[in-house]
Amino acid sequence: MKTISELTALREEMQGRLALRHTSDFPIEATNTETYQRHILVCAGTGCTSSNSPAIIEALDKELKAKGLDKTAKVVHTGCFGLCALGPIMVIYPEGAFYSHVTVEDVPEIVDSHIAKGQLVERLLHKEDGNTVHTLPESRFYKNQMRIGLRHCGVINPDDINEYIGVGGYTALTRILTEKTEPQAIIDAVKNSGLRGRGGAGFSTGTKWQFTADAQSEDGVKYVACNADEGDPGAFMDRSVLEGDPHSVLEAMTIAGYAVGAHQGYIYIRAEYPIAVDRLNTAISQSRELGFLGKDIFGSGFDFDIELRLGAGAFVCGEETALMTSIEGHRGEPRPRPPFPAVKGLWQRPTLLNNVETYANITWILNNGWEKFAAIGTAKSKGTKVFALGGKITNTGLVEVPMGTTLRTIIEDIGGGVPNGHKFKAAQTGGPSGGCIPASLIDTPIDYDSLMAIGSMMGSGGLIVMDDTNCMVDIAKFFLEFIIDESCGKCTPCRIGTKRLYDLLCKITEGNGTLEDIDTIEELCQHLQASSLCALGQSAPNPVLSTLTHFRDEYIAHVVEKRCPAGVCKNLLKFTIDPDKCRGCTLCARNCPAQAISGQLRAPHVIDHAKCVKCGACIENCKFGAISRS
Amino acid sequence: MPNCKTVIAYHGTPQQEDELKKVIEAHKGQAGATMPVLQAAQEIFGYLPEEVQIMIAEGLDVPLSEVYGVASFYAQFSMNPKGKYQISLCLGTACYVKGAGDILEELEKKLGIKAGGITLDGKFSLDACRCIGACGLAPVMMINDQVYGRLTPDQIGPILAKYQ
Repeated sequence: MKTISELTALREEMQGRLALRHTSDFPIEATNTETYQRHILVCAGTGCTSSNSPAIIEALDKELKAKGLDKTAKVVHTGCFGLCALGPIMVIYPEGAFYSHVTVEDVPEIVDSHIAKGQLVERLLHKEDGNTVHTLPESRFYKNQMRIGLRHCGVINPDDINEYIGVGGYTALTRILTEKTEPQAIIDAVKNSGLRGRGGAGFSTGTKWQFTADAQSEDGVKYVACNADEGDPGAFMDRSVLEGDPHSVLEAMTIAGYAVGAHQGYIYIRAEYPIAVDRLNTAISQSRELGFLGKDIFGSGFDFDIELRLGAGAFVCGEETALMTSIEGHRGEPRPRPPFPAVKGLWQRPTLLNNVETYANITWILNNGWEKFAAIGTAKSKGTKVFALGGKITNTGLVEVPMGTTLRTIIEDIGGGVPNGHKFKAAQTGGPSGGCIPASLIDTPIDYDSLMAIGSMMGSGGLIVMDDTNCMVDIAKFFLEFIIDESCGKCTPCRIGTKRLYDLLCKITEGNGTLEDIDTIEELCQHLQASSLCALGQSAPNPVLSTLTHFRDEYIAHVVEKRCPAGVCKNLLKFTIDPDKCRGCTLCARNCPAQAISGQLRAPHVIDHAKCVKCGACIENCKFGAISRS
Repeated sequence: MPNCKTVIAYHGTPQQEDELKKVIEAHKGQAGATMPVLQAAQEIFGYLPEEVQIMIAEGLDVPLSEVYGVASFYAQFSMNPKGKYQISLCLGTACYVKGAGDILEELEKKLGIKAGGITLDGKFSLDACRCIGACGLAPVMMINDQVYGRLTPDQIGPILAKYQ
C-alpha cells in the first residue's frame, strides 16, 4: 500500500464491517455492510487464556461449523476486556451481550439459543447485586471508567491490522508523512497535551521528545525505544495494551521516530509475556507488509523499522539506563545519569525512551487534538491512567480512570469493594518503589503529585488492595525481599543497605525487635535514598517508610507487645487449645514435630509455648476445631 | 535462588550443538547478540551448562566471563536443568497478599525441595516466579503450561498426585 486513497478505501470497507460492533461507548459511525449477522468476541488476553479461553474459541468454531452457522457468526479473539475476575469473557454483537465465566460446556447453548434464534442466554449474563447486566457499559465496573490507553482492547482483533485500520489506525502516521508535518509541530502537540510518562516517574513526555530532537548525534543516528519490561509484581497494563492493541504502540513509535529524527526502534519486552511477544511479532510483520514500517514509508522518503528485544527476568532492566545496557547485550546494570538517554542512550546515541502506555496515548492525542486531552485530569496530571487492580478486591482487573479520580471510586465503585466481609486497610501503589495508602486517605485524588505528597508514587499503575488480614510489616518485608533479589549489585548502598534493612524487619517480625531498631531503620532508609545509584535503590525504602508513617502502631505492637495484630507473623502467634472443644484424641500431640503438646487420652491437651515452633501442624490435624491461633 | 554450576553431567546431542552453531552464525557480528543467543541456547538445551557457554563465547568471539556474566545476571537463564514437570508459583504482590506464601511452603514440604531446586528423580523442579499476570486467579501456579488458580494449601497434594 502506498497511497492515502488505497488506505481510505480499506478503512471505509473495514468500518462498514465493524459497524456491527457499534456502541455508545465505542461509536463506529458507518453503515453496517457486514455479511455476518453476529460477531462473537472472546477475550484472548493472558488472564482469560489462563482460564481456558482458547478451548472456548476452538469449541465455538467447531460448533458453528457443525450447525452450519459459520457464515452467520464470526468468532473474533480480542485483547483484555479488563474484568479479569469474571473470565473467560465473551461479548456478542450487535446486542453487546456480556457473558462471564463461560465454559466449553456452555458453547452449544450459546450457539443454539443466541446465534441460531437470537435469544440471549440469561444465566450467563453477568449479575451485579442480584440484577442482570446485559452489556459491558452498563456494569458498575465500566461506568466510572474512561478509556484512552485501552480504547481498542476488547474491541478489535489485535492480530488483524485491518481491524485497527477500521477504527482509525494509521491515520495519524500517514497524515503526518504525506502532509510533511513539521516535526516540531508534533512535539509541541505532545508537550501541550500535558502527557507525562506512564512508567513511574511522570516526566513530561513532550519535553523528553524535545531533548531527543535537539540532541546532536556525531553520525546522525538516533533511536526510539519502548520500555515494555513491566516488572512491578501485580502490574499488567502494558502487557494488556500490547496484547490487545499492539499497532497503536508501533504507530506511535514510528511517529516519534519522525519527530526526533530516528530510523530504528527497539521494544524491550519481558520474555515472561509470550502472548504479547507473539502479537507484537505478528503486528510488526503485518505493518511491514502494508508499508507502515520499512523504507520510504508512504512514499515520504522516511525510513523506520522496529526490532523486538526480549528481557530475561531482571526487574532493574525497567530502569532506563539498565534497559539500554541490556539491549546492548550486557548485564543489565544501570549507569550514572547524566548523561541522560536523550543525549547518550543506546550505543551512545541520543535515544527516546517511553513506556507502552505512554505511546498508547500518542495517536489519540494527535487524532483528537491535544486540547481535548489536556481537558481531562487535574492541573498537573493530564489524561487518564490505567491501573491493575488486584489483591483483596471483588473485581480484579484493569481499570482506566481520569487522573484525579479518588481511591474510593476505584475501590468501592469500580472494584466492588473488599470481599468476604473484611475491612479495607490499605492500598499499595507503585510496586516495590511505592508505598501504602491507608484507609483514612481513601478520598485522596489519584495523580502524580498527590500520591507523592502522601509518601507513595504512581509507578506503572499496580494497585494492590489489602484488608485487615494483611500485616503491614510483613508487606514491607515482602517488597524488600523482592528488591534484594533484584538489586543488580553494582552500588553498595543498594546491595548491602537493602539486606540490612531486611534483617532489621525480620528481627521485628520474629519478635526480637527493639524501639531503637525502628530508629535505625529510618536512618538507613535516608542513606539509601540519598546514595543509591539508580531509582531502584533510591526508592527501595518507600514501602518501609510509608508503612512506618501510616501504620507505626503496627510496628510498635510487634516490638513492644510482641504481637502481630493481623495474625500473619508466625513467630508472634500463640497457639491455644480450647479445653471445652478438645476430645483428647491425641492426634495433635502425635503430629507435633516439637513434642510441644501433652495430655492424657480422652482428656484436654495443652501446648507448651516454650517448645512450640508455630508450624500449625496441630491446627491442620485437629478434627474438632479446638485449636486457635492469635 | 541457587543458580550455580550444576552437578549433572553435560549430555547435549550433536543435533543440539548443530542447531546452536546455526544460531551463533546468524547472530555473529551483530551488536548486542549475547542475550538473543543465550535465549536460543536455553530453548535448545533447556538450560545453560558450562559447555554451552563456552561454545557461545568461542562462536561469538566474546570473553567467556562476559557470557557467564550475562547468564548469571538474569533470572530466566538457568545453569541447572529443569524437571519433567516445571512448577512455577507466582509470588507477585497480588498472589502474595492472597496467601501464595503458604502455597510455597506446602509445595516445598510435599516435594522436599526448596524454590529453585529439582527433585532427585528429575521429575519436578520448583521455581517462585514474579507476576505471570493472572492476578484474577490469585494465588496461581503453573505446571508446565497448565495453570492452576485460586489455590489453597490443601489442593497441592491432590494436584501433585496427578503427575506422580
